[in-house]
Amino acid sequence: MISISGRCVLTVLLVLGLVAGAPARADNAKVLRIITWADYVPAEVVAQFRKETGIQVEVTLSNNEEMISKLRATGGAGFDLAQPSQDRIFGAQQEFGIYKPFDTSKVRLDEFVPELLATVRTNATIGGRLYGLPYVWGTEGLVYNSKRTRISDYGDLCKPELRGRTAVRLKRPTLMAFALASGKNPFALYGDTKAYTALMQQIGKTLTACKANFRFFYDNKDQLLNGMRTGEIYAAMMWDSGGWALNRENPDIKFINPRSGAIAWMDTFALPARGRNDAGAYAWINFVMRPEIAAKVAKSIGNFTAAKGADQLMDPRVRAQFAESFPDGLKNIKWYPAIPPGLEAIEGEVLDRVKAAD
Amino acid sequence: MWYRRLLLALLLAPALLWLFALIILPHLDLALLSFRERVAPREYVASLAQYRTFFGEPLYWHVFVRTALMSAIATVLTLLVAFPIAWIIAKLARGRMSALLFVVCLIPFWVSETVRTLGWMILLRESGVLPALLVHLGITREPVELLYHDATILVGLVYTSLLFMVVPLVSSLESLDNALIEAAYDLGGKGWSILREIVIPHAAPGITAGCIVVFMLTLGNYLTPTLLGGKSSQWFTEQIYTQFITRFNWEQGAAFGFLLLALSTAMVWLGLKISGQRFSDVMRRA
Amino acid sequence: MNAPTIAVSGATPDLEVRSVSKRFATHVAVDTLSFSVARGSFFSILGPSGCGKTTLLRMIAGFIQPDSGDIAIGGRSMAQVAPNRRPVNMVFQHLALFPMMSVAQNVAFGLARRGVGRAERLRRAEAMLERVGLAGAGGKRTDELSGGQRQRVAIARSLVLEPTLLLLDEPLGALDLKLREHMKLELKQLQSAFGTTFVYITHDQSEALVLSDHVGVMNHGRFEQLGTPQELYYSPATSFVADFVGANNRLAGKALSITASLVEVDTGGGWVVRARRHGEIAAGAAVEAFIRPEAAMLGRTPAELPAGQTAHSGEVTGMLFDGANSVVLLRESRSGLQLRIALPQTGAYSDLTVGARVCFTFDPERAICFPARAASA
Repeated sequence: MISISGRCVLTVLLVLGLVAGAPARADNAKVLRIITWADYVPAEVVAQFRKETGIQVEVTLSNNEEMISKLRATGGAGFDLAQPSQDRIFGAQQEFGIYKPFDTSKVRLDEFVPELLATVRTNATIGGRLYGLPYVWGTEGLVYNSKRTRISDYGDLCKPELRGRTAVRLKRPTLMAFALASGKNPFALYGDTKAYTALMQQIGKTLTACKANFRFFYDNKDQLLNGMRTGEIYAAMMWDSGGWALNRENPDIKFINPRSGAIAWMDTFALPARGRNDAGAYAWINFVMRPEIAAKVAKSIGNFTAAKGADQLMDPRVRAQFAESFPDGLKNIKWYPAIPPGLEAIEGEVLDRVKAAD
Repeated sequence: MWYRRLLLALLLAPALLWLFALIILPHLDLALLSFRERVAPREYVASLAQYRTFFGEPLYWHVFVRTALMSAIATVLTLLVAFPIAWIIAKLARGRMSALLFVVCLIPFWVSETVRTLGWMILLRESGVLPALLVHLGITREPVELLYHDATILVGLVYTSLLFMVVPLVSSLESLDNALIEAAYDLGGKGWSILREIVIPHAAPGITAGCIVVFMLTLGNYLTPTLLGGKSSQWFTEQIYTQFITRFNWEQGAAFGFLLLALSTAMVWLGLKISGQRFSDVMRRA
Repeated sequence: MNAPTIAVSGATPDLEVRSVSKRFATHVAVDTLSFSVARGSFFSILGPSGCGKTTLLRMIAGFIQPDSGDIAIGGRSMAQVAPNRRPVNMVFQHLALFPMMSVAQNVAFGLARRGVGRAERLRRAEAMLERVGLAGAGGKRTDELSGGQRQRVAIARSLVLEPTLLLLDEPLGALDLKLREHMKLELKQLQSAFGTTFVYITHDQSEALVLSDHVGVMNHGRFEQLGTPQELYYSPATSFVADFVGANNRLAGKALSITASLVEVDTGGGWVVRARRHGEIAAGAAVEAFIRPEAAMLGRTPAELPAGQTAHSGEVTGMLFDGANSVVLLRESRSGLQLRIALPQTGAYSDLTVGARVCFTFDPERAICFPARAASA
């Protein structure tokens, strides 16, 4: 068949191209390969970094799970710097050994906000050595269209009048949020597999009962943003930056800190075990943690960074939005603790059941 | 001659190397993976646990059976849609017209599967083009959500598979002598009996080839069922992806992969048995 | 040509074609054609390729609708009758046996379409195969049969339905010569054994002459002549028929003088022949004369020829030995025209060599002269 053989030929050419292209790559020290999230490495910052250091940055976009899977597949090779969430370092390192510890003498630690650095120290220290440094943080809360409805906590997404008009991700943050909304603290049960399993199964039942309210389970931010923009979705779980972006387009759409508390995430720097350009990685970390560079990054992402003093340089509009969404400041925010190995399997089974339920 | 053999070996070498390095080796690796179990971090033992999980957990084999059934339905629908098109191309259209029809079947492949599927989403979502059109025409009072149904997945799959069914059908129908159809008609045959007694038996290798290709493509499809499917819709490839990427459970993912391979092999075998075709004949048509 | 009808004693003809026309774009395939075919006869339509005979056959079968006129089969108009409901069956040019079925299934196909039960149709198929001499071959695949056997299956497949009319579309065309001769005989025997009316189209005049009770010679969508093979051969109605049916020596020339029945023709170069007049011919008009090879007599000297007939002379340019059909090729001395003359079966002239001079003569009554065709070939 024409198109199959066409595809085969294409594949072969691609493979040959990769093989032929590999030796043509620039000197290891001149290239920094980062696997990270969308918007985390703005082109403007890359250009300035190159001007100062002569190092070319190559960016691969990804998410937590893919980052771990890709590094696992290569045993930690292929990238010089990764940016997993702070709670996803410990388990992955225990299980697959894909990272190497930081040499803290090579990082200007006083550039980091001390509380955030302390959080990462708590969650990403293994055998007394530090495997992560804070980069960007934000929260996941609720977004709703005030013309259509009014909600104050995660459980409100299951109100009968919102049938078919809400959306969440079918991932662990949703389980955590609904667990918090049920009055339990899932993080306290991380160490107790049995109790944790029971809690997750209970939350699975809650989500299944609520399923008629979910229009879809979204996989990427844009899917939800479009749903909110077109009015197909009235209320959803959402990241603060996405909620604020919507709010700027349409003031009727609000991002709020739910009564049970928004869940705070923090993405980090981590060194892949078999990275080739550690010097470049340290240079990059020190570069982007400068307040004026960090402010550029923050603008690109729409979230706050872990760089001391960058807050003051943040877009005043975002600061106003933060103040509106979090009238009590950071008091009612829950930070993810490190996930011990094996938890994902328990959660995964629950999530599969929710998906399969009718 | 020895040098002829050497030449042949050299000519075949890239293909064989490719086959071995990119298909056989990874599968061997996956096979080994599927037969082990994690007991502690970085500690694994040989075990059948992954396969036991599959058969012991109704969730997984429900998805498995559902994927197989949906693929079979999509294959049958594709055949039903493709047959008249192939008939027109092979028997009725002349020259440019039949080339044009071929191009129409090819159009879906001019854009990537992702773009194509996202296009469907724009068209079918509640605030999309088609629901608005239905309201405009007075068929529905309110815009209806056409996305996220099993029927939507089927429509997407049929659309994606059409060409792979049309090509073998056209080639087998083209070789059907028109005189046979006239003769059957002359002997008192009617449309349906001629189709059943003459056309289908003649086109059987092409039909089987098309069905096998479409079934395999559909079974292994990931994007279309995931993007068009609803919140309850699960496709087995999605389950494999989840096991590999979000659960970090390569062992389970590998076992699922082999179960899918076994399923598609079984279906091909069954298809050949039912249609009474030989694999080599059918593959020549494809 | 006005509706020629073959007289049959009272019975309704099995096929009646009445003023049927068919036109494709600018080309007239069949031009207001009328004829009828008597029950139980073997009727051939003979003509060169492109003469419209296939179109005519397909209109009778029902695959093509005539633009005007009517076709009646067994006395019933077929105007609104689809091919699968006509009491007509067809033997296709390449037979069109169904390769996906056994021989018996091929023969039983039409019976199944008529709703005949499975056991009954297999019994009837087997009986039919026996009648065509293929007893026991029912279980075979069609590609296991010889060319002749395949033809018999094709005929059996049609005749098992007991059609009023069997149409045959040059079924011998694809066979080799020897088999073709054999199948000619077989077809004739099958037809007389079954008594079914056969309508046979062919471009091979020998097939038409051997097989048919009546032949319509077709050209440009019309019949040039309709008659028995003997009439076509001995009394061609037009120069086309004279040319197309049987071997003939064609001599184009100018009419010199005309008597009541004979025309003197100057063939150019001063050679004058006499032939029976057919149609209106004025002195000086362009004409075509035809002399059959077997109508001429050969002699080594004029003295060997019958007295009272004009002697002509020529030089042998070739000998075509073909047993009873052997001919000698001559170049006539004065005109230089090529002629073929049959050799007597006595073998008397078997020693003739190329270059030898011989004499020949013919009876003017057995030669025939037509006005020249407008666009003579």
